[in-house]
Amino acid sequence: MYKQPDPLGHFGQFGGRYVAETLMPALLELEEAYRESQVDPQFQEELQHYLAKYVGRPSPLFLADRLTAHCGGARIYLKREDLNHTGAHKVNNTVGQALLAKRMGKKKVIAETGAGQHGVATATVAALFGMECDVFMGEEDIRRQALNVFRMKLLGARVRPVDSGTATLKDAMNEALRHWVTHVRDTFYVIGTVAGPHPYPMLVRDFQAVIGEEARRQMHDETGSLPDAAVACIGGGSNAMGLFYPFLNDETVRLVGVEAAGLGVETGRHAASIGAGRVGVLHGNKTFLLQDQEGQIEHAHSVSAGLDYPGVGPEHAYLHDIKRAEYVSITDQEALAAFHLLTNLEGIMPALESAHAIAHVIKLAPQMRPDQSILVCLSGRGDKDIHTVAEASGLEL
Amino acid sequence: MSRIEHILGDLKERGEKALVTFVTAGDPDLETTEQVIHTLVEAGADLIELGFPFSDPMADGPTIQAASQRALDAGTTLEGVLALVRRVREHTNVPIVLMGYYNPVFCYGPEAFAQAAAAAGVDGLLLVDLPPEEAGELQPFLQSAGVDLITLLAPTTDPQRMVRLAGAAEGFLYYVSMTGVTGSQAVDAAAIRDAVSELQALSRVPVAVGFGVTSPQAARDIAMFADAVVVGSALVKIIESHGNSAQLLPEVSRFVSSLKEAVRSAATNVPTADEA
Repeated sequence: MYKQPDPLGHFGQFGGRYVAETLMPALLELEEAYRESQVDPQFQEELQHYLAKYVGRPSPLFLADRLTAHCGGARIYLKREDLNHTGAHKVNNTVGQALLAKRMGKKKVIAETGAGQHGVATATVAALFGMECDVFMGEEDIRRQALNVFRMKLLGARVRPVDSGTATLKDAMNEALRHWVTHVRDTFYVIGTVAGPHPYPMLVRDFQAVIGEEARRQMHDETGSLPDAAVACIGGGSNAMGLFYPFLNDETVRLVGVEAAGLGVETGRHAASIGAGRVGVLHGNKTFLLQDQEGQIEHAHSVSAGLDYPGVGPEHAYLHDIKRAEYVSITDQEALAAFHLLTNLEGIMPALESAHAIAHVIKLAPQMRPDQSILVCLSGRGDKDIHTVAEASGLEL
Repeated sequence: MSRIEHILGDLKERGEKALVTFVTAGDPDLETTEQVIHTLVEAGADLIELGFPFSDPMADGPTIQAASQRALDAGTTLEGVLALVRRVREHTNVPIVLMGYYNPVFCYGPEAFAQAAAAAGVDGLLLVDLPPEEAGELQPFLQSAGVDLITLLAPTTDPQRMVRLAGAAEGFLYYVSMTGVTGSQAVDAAAIRDAVSELQALSRVPVAVGFGVTSPQAARDIAMFADAVVVGSALVKIIESHGNSAQLLPEVSRFVSSLKEAVRSAATNVPTADEA
């Protein structure tokens, strides 16, 4: 029986709480509030209420017939997280964390964001619950994701540009941590992925596990059995962890995480932390990181802002270590091709993050039999990425 | 007893307060840092905190972030910082504490680092993002090498945790004066006085106060009750302004002398224990 993390937040050698002392009490307080909320029927009822009536869950499971026919192999099922309110899986977690913030009496929330999906999802629940919201976002990402920046502003959030380092997700997280350490007494930090110090990797996973729980039931109802493989993209890895977690004890289900290979892992310009990184400590946890021999963090690269992060959630590092999940990578070009293919064959425009998962499924399905099935998490919709896609095609909108 | 405890203990016995100065190693380059350290010691610094750079300094404000980046741009490595300590150690007995983030140490290898640091003459290690809960894979090696792992305490630390951590502290206790990053705002001495007194009662080692001490006046206010005062960002700003110019060492010397004088005057005024 899989039971992670340990009481101190370790997944094997990974995870933990590598933070400044100023933040330790806040993390201990959060952990306690979270554990209480887990056994509080009223909290669970409220969470279910918002997931059903506000997010629109359960999200559908869709058999992608034409993509299946195109690939010629296993049947491909899409878990439609793109149909959630705000257009991605991120809101599953922000609803949960906002309810926790409310329970803890915190009226201010902060978040880091890469593609802007988590920022939008946080700004959305902040509006819903009447909380003050600051979102830290790298300047490079602000440029790439203008639409989401405007959405956050419309929702009443302050978007705080971060120009340090590479001006992407990693630096946004540094700045959010700096802000949090300064305002820790009245501010709740809504971390958007299964990374950061304990208890975040655990609680974000638990809030996202609704993806896998629903999909497991839906696959069973639809096919009478479990999928043969479950595939999801990985930046920090929250949609993948949410999809994988309810299947961890089902040994017949292959779990495949898809990292961003950027321009190609061999070029050094990628975001494949498991595939090409080494163990280290960043942002409060021990995990696989892109870093040099000196332990200095290296720049990640991906066409997809949401995957452009030099680390990965510690539980993925652990699942890799114990070989329960396998981790592969997909290049920018392959992801862009998958974006077009899914759009053309199914009329579904995937987020570039999710397009990485689709791209791997396109390779995997033909290696499998038609009586087998692949479950893939379509973590978000692609509207936010049309400028990037246009740019990559040499078009100007 | 470690060199840190020995030297800070001597000061305490004489009723004097210690001045702790922080600079980032390799800012603007290691040769300059070496000269700066000698200047710090001559001007009266009682303990040197030597920052080693990290690409993602999450607990630092803009001043030390920039210093860290300058040091990295100059090619500063942990090995280079240890070599610097080795050279400095040939000339001075001043306690040296390396300060930074855990990842470079973890990548060096906890055991190898502990031995190399001790051999170079490092007396203590202060890792901002390594709370006691995670220190198990490093501390035993530091202990057998004779390097103190310095404990940080913050205004948010609850009383129970404070008792536990203060009781186990070695070298000195570093009390972070405010919730925030380094150099973010001016410290309010009155607000932390009680917390520091409590720590002094709980701990067998001296209590240093840092974060937000930017002027001789602030240093004096803190030295009225704390055993040691840490000045970092204000000093790093002087290094930032003067870089490799001929003005650098005289400016550093002038600032540190004024800090030392302020700290000394606090000590000769009234022993705070009686006053309280």
